[in-house]
Amino acid sequence: MSARDNILARIRKAQGRTGAEPTAAELELVRANIAQRAGGPIPAIGRASDLVLQFRHECDRVGTTHGEVASREAVPGEVRRYLDAIAVEPRVLVWHELAGLDWSAAGIAIDDRPAQATDRTSITTCFCAIAETGTVLLLSSPAAPKATALLPETHVCIVAKSRIVPNMEAAFALLRAERGEPPRATWFVSGASRTADIEQTLVVGAHGPYRVHVILVP
Amino acid sequence: MFFKRNASEKLDDALLQRNMKNLKFKFVDGRARAIAEIEVWEAIRTHAAALRDRTLANLDAYLVEFERNATRRGAKVHWAETAEEACRIAVGIAQANGVRKVAKSKSMVSEEVNLNDRLEEAGIGVIETDLGEYILQLAKEPPSHIVAPAIHKSKEQVADLFVEAHHRPRSTDIPALTREAREALREHFLAADMGITGANFVIAETGTTLTVTNEGNADMVTTLPRIHCVITGIEKVIPALEDFATLIRLLPRSAIGQTIANYLTLTTGVKGAGDLDGPEQTHIILVDAGRTRFVGTDMQAMLRCIRCGACMNHCPVYQNVGGHAYGWVYPGPMGSVLTPVYVGIENAGDLPNAATFCGECQVVCPVKIPLPDLMRKLREKQFETRQRPFAERLSLKTWAFMARRPRLYAAFTRIASRVGAWMGGREKLIHRLPGIDGWTKGRDMPAPAGKTFRELYRERTR
Repeated sequence: MSARDNILARIRKAQGRTGAEPTAAELELVRANIAQRAGGPIPAIGRASDLVLQFRHECDRVGTTHGEVASREAVPGEVRRYLDAIAVEPRVLVWHELAGLDWSAAGIAIDDRPAQATDRTSITTCFCAIAETGTVLLLSSPAAPKATALLPETHVCIVAKSRIVPNMEAAFALLRAERGEPPRATWFVSGASRTADIEQTLVVGAHGPYRVHVILVP
Repeated sequence: MFFKRNASEKLDDALLQRNMKNLKFKFVDGRARAIAEIEVWEAIRTHAAALRDRTLANLDAYLVEFERNATRRGAKVHWAETAEEACRIAVGIAQANGVRKVAKSKSMVSEEVNLNDRLEEAGIGVIETDLGEYILQLAKEPPSHIVAPAIHKSKEQVADLFVEAHHRPRSTDIPALTREAREALREHFLAADMGITGANFVIAETGTTLTVTNEGNADMVTTLPRIHCVITGIEKVIPALEDFATLIRLLPRSAIGQTIANYLTLTTGVKGAGDLDGPEQTHIILVDAGRTRFVGTDMQAMLRCIRCGACMNHCPVYQNVGGHAYGWVYPGPMGSVLTPVYVGIENAGDLPNAATFCGECQVVCPVKIPLPDLMRKLREKQFETRQRPFAERLSLKTWAFMARRPRLYAAFTRIASRVGAWMGGREKLIHRLPGIDGWTKGRDMPAPAGKTFRELYRERTR
């Protein structure tokens, strides 16, 4: 008997079931339960009518700064303005899909490669954003390595307003509809990395970024 | 009877008492504020408790379904019946892959099975990357809180530990200390061959394991090293992604009063074709180590626990003695139920008695675990198996004898009430009770009114 068999058998015995493994009928029942996706009650903040307004409000609460531009082409200009405001050099690491924007016009040098320990600022897009909590959802892929959003001290995330959903349930529904399953890394970011492990005093910038800045595009 | 002894020591520890005094304001008030804005809070709690119960009712099938999906995505699922077996598997994975250095994000299950010691015995370096756990690793101490492990340490104590470890000038500035840890740990993240995390939940639908952190350390640990090993309890399985959406409304609010944790990190399978980062191997160790002892019993509700720590934050006993007094990794009310069942009630004698039964833990529990009831059941077991002191058993037996004889009970309480009122004197406080002066040594007992409830009731309804 393996540990697996013993554990399953112990559970089944404790629940008054016979046999060593779940039966086909029991597995069917469990799969049917899963397929129901019976989410729980959703609070009012997760059912906002103005998603952009709610998203901005929650970003403020989690310490994510935000700006807005009229088109994707205007992103480099907004990035430059932001980097100047926080006095960070205009050199950024980007996800490949963003390499085609006209960064040089904004006086920004880009690195289109995997993250290195010395990178200071990174720019990514996101899969969608959640109004309820001011959260961005990022998915890893060959063109979207996770370390890019994680190692640098400043993370700028581009959010399409049309991709702001009311709550996490809606984000998962979108993920299923468009991608089928979560990729290896599926991660929700709500503000900069932080810790309160010393005397319960909040300090921003634990292991991940010190700052998260969102740029809203149409 | 270690708790009694530990608790007395902790109450006399002036530094600990000072370090613990903020707990109440930050965590308790923070939670109260955070739940006030959720108008359906109670409905979410009810839904979550039912969801956990439903999953536990078919725990074996959910685990098999999780295993199937995790395997399909390329992870390897291992099962461990005991703490030793869990460690053996983790050490085996490290050795088979020539791992020299492990970076860990916080995992209470790894504390439970004592994984760090086993890895170090095998010559494998381990570094804790959660700031609180890192501090405790330097101090060679166990955590005293499941969410804020180093809550019992002051910034001065942390500064001293950092001077010794990093050989840099001493600072007691908390942001500077945090920055120093960040810089020290960054090197370890980049150099580690294997990352070990726990899992707040595992999702049957997708074979996903997930961690909830504010620091982002679990993100580092699951992204940079070439092997990712998850160690978690079998009770952590939930059916679908949507169930996580429900539970995450409860967890950070209950734990620390945040609407959401900064990083919710879902990991599924291994690095895909063409991916630039992520682990080549993912191992998931599902640990029993006593959990199945709850299944199918009148104590199964304990397995609903989502490890938020609200029960200890709100516990008047925990608030005063801190986590170390409980003697094992899980302190507070949840520990007082888990520890006796995991390690044997005979090895954790006074834990179910380390409670005032004020009921606050049950009120704040996001998944409505009836913690006082569960502690009461453990007390009953102790009484029935004669594990309580003779004097206590005798007095309970005496009480039971009288309580079943109403006339005798009435006569006795009439006398006791009058004697008690006389003893209390004008202050109406009893300073010393013969026979149980251990109890009155540290506190006064309010004197009875001089008449029993039944007498007063009769007078008023006459």
